Amino acid sequence: MLNWLRLSGRYLFEHLEAVFNVSFGDRYNPFYYLGSLAFFFFWIVAVSGLYLYAFFETSMLGAYSSIEYLTVDQWYLGGVFRSLHRYASDAMVITMGLHMLRELVMDRYRGVRWFSWFTGIPLIWLVYASGIGGYWLVWDQMAQYIAVMTSEWLDWLPIINEPMARNFINQASLSDRFFSLLAFLHIGIPLMLLLVMWIHIQRLSNPRTNPPRVLMVGSILAMLVLSLIKPAVSQAPANLDLSVSTIDIDWFYLFVYPLMEKTSAGTLWILASAISLFLALLPWMPPLLRKPAVVVNLDNCNGCERCYEDCPYSAITMEPRSDGLDFEKQAMVQDSMCISCGLCVGACPTATPFRRKTDLIPGIELPDHPLKALREAIIEQTATLEGDQRVLLMGCDYGVNLDKVALPGVVAIKLPCVAALPPSFLDFVISRKHADGVLLTGCHAGDCHERFGIEWLEQRLAGKRDPMLRKRVPRERIVTFWAGEEGGRKLLAEVSRFQQDLAVLGPYTPPQSDVRRRASGTEESA
Amino acid sequence: MIQLLRYTSQLLLYGAFIVTIGYASTAPTHTHIGDNKAVIKLTLKHAGQRLEACRQLSEEEQARLAPNMRVKEVCPRERSPVKLELLIDGELMYSATLTPGGLSRDGNSNTYQRFVVPAGKHALLARLNDDVHVKGFNYEKEQDITLSPLQIFVIDFRTDSDGFIFN
Repeated sequence: MLNWLRLSGRYLFEHLEAVFNVSFGDRYNPFYYLGSLAFFFFWIVAVSGLYLYAFFETSMLGAYSSIEYLTVDQWYLGGVFRSLHRYASDAMVITMGLHMLRELVMDRYRGVRWFSWFTGIPLIWLVYASGIGGYWLVWDQMAQYIAVMTSEWLDWLPIINEPMARNFINQASLSDRFFSLLAFLHIGIPLMLLLVMWIHIQRLSNPRTNPPRVLMVGSILAMLVLSLIKPAVSQAPANLDLSVSTIDIDWFYLFVYPLMEKTSAGTLWILASAISLFLALLPWMPPLLRKPAVVVNLDNCNGCERCYEDCPYSAITMEPRSDGLDFEKQAMVQDSMCISCGLCVGACPTATPFRRKTDLIPGIELPDHPLKALREAIIEQTATLEGDQRVLLMGCDYGVNLDKVALPGVVAIKLPCVAALPPSFLDFVISRKHADGVLLTGCHAGDCHERFGIEWLEQRLAGKRDPMLRKRVPRERIVTFWAGEEGGRKLLAEVSRFQQDLAVLGPYTPPQSDVRRRASGTEESA
Repeated sequence: MIQLLRYTSQLLLYGAFIVTIGYASTAPTHTHIGDNKAVIKLTLKHAGQRLEACRQLSEEEQARLAPNMRVKEVCPRERSPVKLELLIDGELMYSATLTPGGLSRDGNSNTYQRFVVPAGKHALLARLNDDVHVKGFNYEKEQDITLSPLQIFVIDFRTDSDGFIFN
């Protein structure tokens, strides 16, 4: 059932994202930056909140009038900041909710990723506590409604003896000190939120807490436009001697209160607790995701740190050498943090398929995807190809399903992530003439399932990241195509176009220097 | 041309985003209670009578106590539960026996209840028993009230004000 829901959700997301890909391109699709957009909206809320706080009066009469002053008399700055404060917090709820849903349906919450998922649950509570607390400060009719309903909700807890709702039974029951407490909470809870946001990304290496600049500019402009078109305003001032009748509530934050009115405080507690508990336990529900972690082969590890730098989850640490070899450091893998993506294998300089005199055992390797087997698979499968348009198609588990690709002159090999392929394998395929060209495909450009697979691979191909693709490999024979799972048709068209290009290029001719080197035996041969 | 179309579609998508936020941040309007309704709040923060009366210690009992702890009188801490009832227009709307707070049951009995009623005339009867040794109710107040639309009428209880306060 859970699996069916996940697949259905994934189908919906992919089709929605396809629309955004057409508009924004797959490197700037907002759906690929939902988490960092939530961070960005948090900062808008924080900065605008600082300005509002400078004018806010922490008293029963002053709270409403100071906010009114900002909204009406200082509409051009205070009013805009108030609107930004409110709308960015709404945008944060939207992006946070979509981020969570997307990570769920894209299967990015289990296994090693449990930590980010798990710490995301208290984030939801803290975002809501921060947002709802902000609405109290305005002390209008909505604040009155929230104050009464929240205290009635909290009073349901058996640990609360004296009902909090007694504080709001009439005007005389409330004091100015209450607003000092509220202001303190409205600063304290967001600070706690920021702390948990920081914890949330602790197990990620190079966490992306800022969206691309174009999305930042677009988002803030959108918020500004909304703030000017529809400024956030207060409702009538609170009056605890009169009940609230109809109010224009913010449904992003306050939907829980009508739900509580329809049911009861107890039902809302049970619902909120059960949903939170269910979400928190999701990573450990079957089917469990347990892939074997990468292993370090110390005999071939020279402590170069490339795997350490490329790991997307900081699963690799560099430790002092323990085997007496003349290297300063060695790689160590923390199994509990490894997602088995193989990015480290692609980064290992010892992972070269040209070795024949010694066995092909790289310094770091995926136990269920040994490079030796990959080399054999390349040799065996490409041997079936004929002509001068022979294409080796290499993809990952999260791109187009390569099992369904059946084209003349094309063989396909699947990897956990295309960046698990050391660039020397591309050199091997082309220079040994196993194929006339290699097409690498995978997730969408801005949305690598393993976070940095596409980015690292492109940098390696462009000679900007170690290990670099050797310059002798003609770049026109290596093509990348990032299309995600649903890009099957586009991929077929791309392969066809690539084959036409290869036909024009003709058979690969190695540079004379390579021919001389091979003839003299200075390079191991396949 | 394609670039122009892309920018236009981006504008539309950003537009959809802010329309969603702009709309759902204030709409649809929620009706908490109807305009022709009023609210009666019943609230209580009151410690019931002691379950057992204070008693004098005999000289033998005092002697058994440590010298610095010797007192002539001891008062058991536990309080009586408080039985509270509210009838509106003759209909029993609330009836509960409220347990005293605290591990030793020596604290206040508390409650807070909110009732939404039609605006207009109502007959209220509130009664309370804070002593298990007394049968029936030892505090009672009855009053006819007229509630204007959206008015909040509070029923509180204070012994220093001689029992129920209708406000």
